[in-house]
Amino acid sequence: MATAELTASDYIQHHLTNLTLGWLPDQGLVFAHSAEEAAAMGFWALHVDSLLWSIGLGYLFLLGFRKVADNVTAGVPGKAQNFVEWIIDFVNENVRGSFSAKNDMVAPLALTIFAWVFLMNLMDLVPVDLIPWAFGQFMGLFGADPHHVFMRVVPTTDPNITFGMALAVFFMVLYYSIKIKGVGGFVGELTLHPFGKFGIPANLILEGISLLSKPLSLSLRLFGNMYAGEMIFILIALMYGHNMVLSLGGGALQLAWAIFHILIITLQAFIFMVLTIVYLDMAHQTDH
Amino acid sequence: MNINLTLISQMIAFAVFVAFCMKYVWPPIMKALDERATKIAEGLAAAERGQQEQEIGRQKALEEMKAAKAKAADIVAQAQKRYNEVMDEAKRDAQGEADRIKTAAHAEIEQETNRAREELRERMAALAVAAAEKVLEKEIDASAHKALLDSFAKQL
Repeated sequence: MATAELTASDYIQHHLTNLTLGWLPDQGLVFAHSAEEAAAMGFWALHVDSLLWSIGLGYLFLLGFRKVADNVTAGVPGKAQNFVEWIIDFVNENVRGSFSAKNDMVAPLALTIFAWVFLMNLMDLVPVDLIPWAFGQFMGLFGADPHHVFMRVVPTTDPNITFGMALAVFFMVLYYSIKIKGVGGFVGELTLHPFGKFGIPANLILEGISLLSKPLSLSLRLFGNMYAGEMIFILIALMYGHNMVLSLGGGALQLAWAIFHILIITLQAFIFMVLTIVYLDMAHQTDH
Repeated sequence: MNINLTLISQMIAFAVFVAFCMKYVWPPIMKALDERATKIAEGLAAAERGQQEQEIGRQKALEEMKAAKAKAADIVAQAQKRYNEVMDEAKRDAQGEADRIKTAAHAEIEQETNRAREELRERMAALAVAAAEKVLEKEIDASAHKALLDSFAKQL
């Protein structure tokens, strides 16, 4: 827990504000010093913390896997290769199970989603205060007030990140729908079901909702789970520093929630991957 | 909790990562996995083939052993036959030799007997002449009475 003059709501607010880089009318290009400033920056701002962690973790994943792929052998695999093969086998199994068309992009896409989302979710298991505190102290060395330095380490608790991935998947769904079925086929799929051509408006509403719900549910499911998980960690962290009993109880709770959260982390990464595969499979189906 | 440029940045990062994974990570590992699968399949097939070959070899060895056994029995039978033949022949030869020796011995004995008899007869004749001389106290001309002596000797 931060300093004593901070209220619980300040503490939570601090934890839920991103390190935002953007333009303020009176200051130019700056990091936001408060949630209000971050909001005032509007659309043309960057969540530097989310992006750094997200890209860093994705880079870490690709670095590790690329290293294994460089030294890959068809003979007896080493420990790293064994591990990578285990994951790749798992992903490949899922792709083959759910994706019936032929597309060389789907399996690497699924692997990237699974490993990347898993790593981003995994950041949730790092004690909530550790990295923000260290970063605040570090920035303090340069004269910044730690209370106005924000750092969120779990990228998947940022809707920008989950929506970004879900939208990318959505665009791929649109691209392959049109590529496989043609514009007419795709429009027909949206308008001629389930009521036939006399119910086109109703069809369009129904199918349009089902189409738009894909990226929305994909991103909100991941975001919601991770955001809620992080929130509980933050609430548990509020128990520290008051007295002995509360601190010990908080420790026990945090341990219990972290262990349970391992399941959620893996499950959400897995669900994101499987749904992506399923959506892309639906985009490749020619008959409705 | 604002939607902003981060979203588009994440989309770009996502696209780049997927492209990289698709180009540099997935294919080499998948290729190695396929290669290993092929290798294992080949190994299994080779093992299967080896087992079959072993079975064939075993059959062949068994047959060869059977043939060898039959041949050995044949040779033993032949040897037995030859042995019997040789034995018979030897027996026959021995019998013939024995017969020949016996005949020769018989002939010799006969000859000897005859000679002894002749000698005995001559001696007897001489003895008889001597005895007669003594009895008659008178020399008898042996040559003059040869015919007589001979007839005497023959009666002996």
